[in-house]
Order: sequence, then structure tokens, then C-alpha cells
Amino acid sequence: MIASLSGVAHAQHGGTLNLIVQPEPISLNPGVNRLGPATFVGYKIYDSLLGYAQKDVAPIPRLAQSWVISPDGLTYTFKLRPNVVWHDGKPFTSKDVAFSLGDFLPALHARSRELREEIARIETPDAATVRVVLKVPSPAFIRSLNVPIVPAHKYVGVTDFRNAPANSEFVGTGPFKLAEWKKGSFIRLVRNENYWDKGKPYLDAVVFQIIPDANSRAIAFETGKVDVLRAGDVENFDIKRLAALPGVSIREDGWEYLQPIGYVHLNNRTPQLANLKVRQAITHAIDRDFIINTIFSGFGKPINGPISRLSAYKDASVETRYPYDPQRAAKLLDEAGYPVGANGVRFELRLVPLPYGELWSRQAEYLREALGAVGIKVNLVSTDVAGWFKRLVSFDYDIAQNFVYTTPDPAIGISYAYKTVKGDNAGTTGGNVNGYSNAEVDALLDQGAHQQDPAKRKQIYAKVQQIISREVPLVWTHDIVFPTLYRSKVKNLITTALGTDDNFATVELGQ
Amino acid sequence: MNALAAALARLGKAALTLLAVVILSFVLIRLAPGDPALLLAGDSGAGDAAFVEEIRRDLGLDRGLDVQLISYLTSVARLDFGVSYREKRPVAEMVLERVPATLLLTASALVFAIVAGIGLGACAARRPGSLLDGAITVVSVTFFAMPMFWVGLMFIIVFAVQLGWLPSYGMVDATSGQQGRGSALVDVLRHMVLPVLTLGLYYMSVLARVSRTALLQVAGADFIRTAKAKGLSPRLIWRHHLFRNALAPIITVVALQAAQLVGGSVLVETVFAWPGIGRFAFEALMTRDYNVLLAVFILTSFGVIVVNLLADTAYHLIDPRIDQAAAT
Repeated sequence: MIASLSGVAHAQHGGTLNLIVQPEPISLNPGVNRLGPATFVGYKIYDSLLGYAQKDVAPIPRLAQSWVISPDGLTYTFKLRPNVVWHDGKPFTSKDVAFSLGDFLPALHARSRELREEIARIETPDAATVRVVLKVPSPAFIRSLNVPIVPAHKYVGVTDFRNAPANSEFVGTGPFKLAEWKKGSFIRLVRNENYWDKGKPYLDAVVFQIIPDANSRAIAFETGKVDVLRAGDVENFDIKRLAALPGVSIREDGWEYLQPIGYVHLNNRTPQLANLKVRQAITHAIDRDFIINTIFSGFGKPINGPISRLSAYKDASVETRYPYDPQRAAKLLDEAGYPVGANGVRFELRLVPLPYGELWSRQAEYLREALGAVGIKVNLVSTDVAGWFKRLVSFDYDIAQNFVYTTPDPAIGISYAYKTVKGDNAGTTGGNVNGYSNAEVDALLDQGAHQQDPAKRKQIYAKVQQIISREVPLVWTHDIVFPTLYRSKVKNLITTALGTDDNFATVELGQ
Repeated sequence: MNALAAALARLGKAALTLLAVVILSFVLIRLAPGDPALLLAGDSGAGDAAFVEEIRRDLGLDRGLDVQLISYLTSVARLDFGVSYREKRPVAEMVLERVPATLLLTASALVFAIVAGIGLGACAARRPGSLLDGAITVVSVTFFAMPMFWVGLMFIIVFAVQLGWLPSYGMVDATSGQQGRGSALVDVLRHMVLPVLTLGLYYMSVLARVSRTALLQVAGADFIRTAKAKGLSPRLIWRHHLFRNALAPIITVVALQAAQLVGGSVLVETVFAWPGIGRFAFEALMTRDYNVLLAVFILTSFGVIVVNLLADTAYHLIDPRIDQAAAT
């Protein structure tokens, strides 16, 4: 306690923190657009009801000061922070929370709509209290509240939330306010003098530079124009060089909420890939240590199942492992009824590479080589993001690369990817693009979503991991490590499970 | 009268070209794989078919292609370029935000290329085979052969990283707006140097080569020998006979290169984080923001058509024989 008090007393005030955002966000309201760039900038402007601690991704107070969950797991009562004002000076009340969770976010965002469907009603008994009543117990709900709260008073009389002019006014309650957005150049946020957490934020301004080229971004960091490089700002092979520069620090935490995993999707509806032995063979044929160490320059950890090492639900002991073993792969393919043909080829598959830059292209080349070595001829079908996405969601592929945020609760980030897709999935954006289907897994995922006893819940998800890791509906290539590079003078850059996506209220610029 | 009719005919052709560009682009964009409604649904955390359909309806993409095309053409005729699918803002407004940066970059590069290119070409042509001619050839071949993005990166490494003289990215500093007009102007000029040189040096090389050849060809013509025999001063011959007659091929190349400048500016804008239209169009393409893309296509086609009209007009001004040839 004393330490934290003295920490506050000596907080370094002032200064401008220079960062990079790429690509340029489409909106600065994370309720309107929830892609990485929008959430990175937007959560400095907009507050959410709760934050999440790095340890156990435990909920921490933000706009909600405290909360109580009823014993039946149905009613969540949030006590809101008093004296919070919007950037336009209007008071923040429970109506804003009810509007955001009940109306605004579900209209714009598919995941929020799914969440809304679990809510029976939202009550606002007074200006400082919000009561959310669920239809069925849903333990994941408390970890779904890192969504932005938007000002209800800006949307009075509006019915078309998607096209509302207020969407581009960017009025939040967060520690920073938008000062200038020079399209294509930079976004400058300045300190919100009326922020509810008195004395914070410490910084005067935060500037997000828009630099489209990875080389130019590395140079901007080297020349001291920007203070922080986040995941994807520079290619992995540049990171160690930049980390060795004087006065530069590197850290790998801050991904406890998102929990990114690398995927090689296998279309389980492709006849050969519907065969478990073929999927097992493919997993054996891929040297995932090579992918981690050589392609991703060591920024990744081995993984053998659907859940990240960062999750409390991870149970590696139940997972089946398919270590790199090309001979075993060849044997499994023989057993599956795909002998080597006259030309050395067993069968051909199409691989749709992830068009996200250099490393993924290298990985695609490697996959072609590795599978070719066991007699599976892989044809690369290169396309841009739009084409890649369309092929994935319409099952118009055999193998495809991806990386996915699996989130701290399996009901949020795992379930949708393995649950049976009803009927023909073409034309939807359903998450189970593997087309994997197992009735037992479906039932377990449903149970897990509603089980309130944490121990029983863990057991359920352990069973899920056991089955899925054995059936390898896709190949989990690596538990991704996204390092953050920053000048050592930047303090408190990462303090929560949301890492640099959090609000920067306590970030300081030292000497 | 004849000249007016010819000018009108040229304008008519230009208008037809523009219409063809609009229709072709409209159809071609939609033939590319990828669906904006799906992408937008994906951006918002995926969803079911109903959610995608809702977005498609919202964008007006649920209508037939012919209906969409007619509705688009009538809007464009009223100078309404629609709304961006992603940003939900009027496309015209978004494009106009970006045009000044690209115009500044490409126009400066073009002026630099014309002045330096023709200047170097003339220097080389004056004493063909001399040391200066050789040096100019080496310089122009070098900048012509080196990939533009690489030249840009080398400039950044030398002038921004090693020497620290010039900024490596952007058009303005995030704080320059607060420091008064004068310093803001200096700030933009400092940011311009490297991208303008990167883009301009390539076209300078092309023009230097073309002008040298054109000038040498004309220099060997009979009428130049006649002019010399008449005892005209070299300066007069150069200005009135040689240069004027060599201009036609140079103008052709300038007009052609002006069109390619837009392509080059995409690269340069990317390397130098220049907030222009090239990079903007690339991002719109990646996200299938049809309205934005079409507006950029129309605008750049319009620009190219205008440059070609100007070149046409310039031919007629420098060489009246072209008019006569067209009339016969």
C-alpha cells in the first residue's frame, strides 16, 4: 500500500507518447469497429464497464466500481462510478450502459448481438446502478464486458445506429480525448482534464503515427520518432535487432485476454481431410518447432490443443500430441488408403495463404514443402484478405492459414470454432470454418457455457481438449508470442490483461 | 472553326473514355473475389447469414448489378460518389482529403523531372560522347534501373537515419500545427524532399534519355545544317530550331509518364507514409470499399485524360503541321 502511494506521489506527469497504428483505423469508436487498430486507439477514448487484471484475467473496476453476481448466476448488479462525465460535459449514467449493452452494440456487432441474446433484460433502478438479468447462467458474461460504453444522449431519436452521424464524433469517458485526426498521417489524443480518476492520465498527449510500410516503421523507431512498436508493427526477424538498441526494452506480456494462436485450418469437408488419419498425418508432417524458431524467430510456444497456455482452462495433460514424424505421417497416409502414386504424389490439396505479410508467406512455402515430403502435393492459391476470407467462410479451400484470438473464456473464444455448423455454411461468417462436427463436443461446449461450478467447468473443458486434440480438426501451429518493444523511459506501458489496448491512464514518460 | 471542331471532338472522346472507365471499373471490381458485406461482418466478430444479409441490404448490394450500375451512374452524374462502406462518410469528402497530398507529391516530382530531365538531356546532347554525357548516362540509367521503393529506403537510411537531416515519414509533424504557419510550411517542405526526389529521379532519368536522343536526332537533320550554313548563332539554332523540333517526342513521354506517376506514387506514398490517394486506394481495394475505389479510379482517369488533352493541345501549339495533317 505504501509502495503504491509513493508511486502515485512520484508519478511523472506530462509528455507525449508516440506510437504507431497500422493499418489506419476505420473508426476510433471500438463499438463501431472492433478490429485491432480501432480498439488500440479507441480504448484510450472510451471506457468499458470492467477492465481485466493480468493475473487470472480477473475483472477489475472501471466505469463499474463494484458488482455482485446473484447465487443463481442470473443477475449481475453493477454499481457505477459517481461523477463521471462524457467528453462533451454531460453526466454519465446507468442509461448509457443500458443503451450500449442493450441497443447500440448489438446493432453493430455480431458478438455483442449473441451476447444480447443471452440477456433477458437490463434494468436501471437508479442513475448509478445497472442490473443485467440473464436468461441462463453464463459464467463467461463477466469476461465479456471489455466493450466500450457509448453516450446514449448522442443517439436520441436515432434508429439506424450503423449509419448514425454520432458514430464519428468520438465522445467517450476515457482518459484521452481526440484532438486531431489527420487522415493518413496521425491521430493525436490529448489529456482529458475531467477524467474520473483524479490526477490521471499522466501523459499530456498520445500520438498514433500512421506508417504503412514495415521498414519505415522500424526506421521511425530507430530514429526515436516513435516510442513503442507493437505486434505486427515490424516483422519478427527485425525484433531482436531493434531490442538490442540502447535504451530499448522488450516484453512479451499483455496478451492474457486475447490469447492468440496460429492455425492451419483443415477443411473437414474435403474428402481426404474428413479422414482422421489424414489429419493426424498432416499434423505429424509439420515441424512446428521449425515454424516457431525459424519462421517466427522464436516468438511462439509449442501447442497441441485448442486452448492457449495463457488460459486458466488449459490442461496439457489430457492432450494427444502428434510430434514431427514424417515417417509416421507417411504410414498413416498409407493406412488411410492414399498410397504414393507413380509421380510420388498421393493426392493434391489447395492451400490459401494468409495474406498478412512476409512471415505467413514463408510459412505457406514451408507447409507446401513439408506436406510435399510425405506425398501431399500442395498448390498455393494466393489471394488478398477479401478473397482469403470469402474462401474460408464458404469452405472453398482445403488448407488455410489463420491466427485467432481465443480469449480467456472458452465459451467466448473456443466454442464457436468447433461447434457443428448447421446445414450449409456457405455465405455465412460462422466461425467453424473447419466444418468439424462431433455431437459429444457440441454437448460438452453447451454444458461448459452454462456450468457455474468452476471445478466442474474445468473438467468439461478438459474433456473438450482431450477429444479435439486427438481429432485434430485443424493444426495448432504455435501459441503466439507478440512482443512489445518500447523505449525504457516509458513506464507502466502494460498493466492489465489487455496490454497496450488498455487506456494508458497510468503510462508515464520518464527521463 | 476547324480548330474548335477538333477541340470539341477531343473533348467528346475524352468524355466517352471516362464513361467507359466508370462502367468497366464498376463491373471489374465486382468480379474480383471477396464480398464487402462478408468482410464487414467479419470485422465485427463474424455473425450468421441474417447479419451478413442485413449489411448487404444496408449497402444496397442486394440489388441486381444492372440496377446498381444505373443508380451509380445517375449519382455520379450529379457528382455524388456515394458513401464509404467502412467509414460511412461521403466518398467525395474522403477523396478530397487525400488529393492535395498526392497532387503536391506528383506535381512537384513531375516539375522536378521535367526541369532536371530535359536539362540533363540537353547537357548530354550538346557534347555527345564527352565525359559529361557519359556521367549523365550513368546517373540516368542507374535511377531508371533501381526499384523506386529501394531508392526511397536508401534515401531514408542516408538522410534520415545516418545524417538525421530530413524526416523519414509523413507529410507533417504531429505538432507542427501548433507552431504557426511559417514553420508549418517549412515542415511540409522538409517532409517533401525525399519522396519527391524518389519519385522524380526515376522520371527524370526517363526524360533525360528521351531528350538526349530526340535532340541528337534533330541535330543531325538537314534543316539544322542549313541553319548553321546560314550563319545563325548556335544559341538561336538551339532555341528556335533544335529544341522546338525535339519537343514533340518529349511531350509524348511526359504525358505517358504523368499517367504512370500515379502508379509510382502508390509505392512512394507507402514507403514514406505520405497521406495521399495511392495508399488510400490500395486500402480501399483490400477492403472492397467499392465506392471509394470507383471514385479514385474516376478521379485518376480524369487526371490522365486531362494531361493527354493538354499534351494534344501542346502538340498543336508547337507544331502546326499536326493540325494540317489531321485536316487532310
